[in-house]
Amino acid sequence: MSIVNPGFFGRRRGPSDRIPPGQYATEEFPVLSAGPTPNIHLDRWAFTITTEAGVEHTWSWDELQALPHETPTVDIHCVTTWSKLDTSWEGVSLDVLLEDVETAADYALVHSYGGYTTNLPLDDLLEGQAWVVFGYEGGPLAPEHGGPARLLVPHLYFWKSAKWVRGIQLLLQDEPGFWETLGYHEYGDPWREQRYAGD
Amino acid sequence: MTTQHEYVDGNRLAGPLADVFAVDITAASTSCIGCGRRSVVAQLHVYVVGEGYVARCPGCQDPVLRYARTSTGGVLDLRGTLSLQVPLPG
Ligand SMILES: [Zn+2]
Repeated sequence: MSIVNPGFFGRRRGPSDRIPPGQYATEEFPVLSAGPTPNIHLDRWAFTITTEAGVEHTWSWDELQALPHETPTVDIHCVTTWSKLDTSWEGVSLDVLLEDVETAADYALVHSYGGYTTNLPLDDLLEGQAWVVFGYEGGPLAPEHGGPARLLVPHLYFWKSAKWVRGIQLLLQDEPGFWETLGYHEYGDPWREQRYAGD
Repeated sequence: MTTQHEYVDGNRLAGPLADVFAVDITAASTSCIGCGRRSVVAQLHVYVVGEGYVARCPGCQDPVLRYARTSTGGVLDLRGTLSLQVPLPG
């Protein structure tokens, strides 16, 4: 129950318009992991894009930091039904990382330290829709939230925003990832409640 | 935010896996494809994400058993398990 006029907070529009069906808004940032938090040293960290032809494009931590940074503020939506509005991040756009990559692929399989994977169409990583982020709310991204770096694809359910990201494999054929092989939706649009295969 | 214990023990699987198995699966034993270690299901390290359950080998941390309740039914993945030994009554 609100005791102040919604306009008091100066939002662009009512927060309820920004909560997809079946979701609730939280101020918390729940920690959900499908496995142990990997211990990753920055001097051994690397991010690699591998094309369907097997060509590898690799960035060290310092090389990633030298690329232009962006600071997106976005709403995130977890399939376990929480949403968090106006989260602010710092990272490098996938448009920058994919700029010089020659590919005819339509699909991407994201790989993480610790073995996690998730799949999505390559188009969903382009045109300002996705980042490799290493900063959260003005500080470094904490390990339990995917640090040193995670993928951020806020227009899809948050399991697509792989924690501890280490690379992206570009594919001509779609290949299901960790949760997708266990019956989760191949695309995962929160506004269409695509939680599970067939939704 | 304080970091909570990341996983719980395999007894957490008793309820969800009663969807699938008629026996108490937490008393069964599994052998891990990754490292060969045999574990009682109750000893596995279980990561709970909503209605998704990932049970990992205490030796090598590979997933040996995964289960999810989805909108169309339960999905069980045993690809990390070499064999599952179930105690039989009698
Ligand atoms: Zn093992």
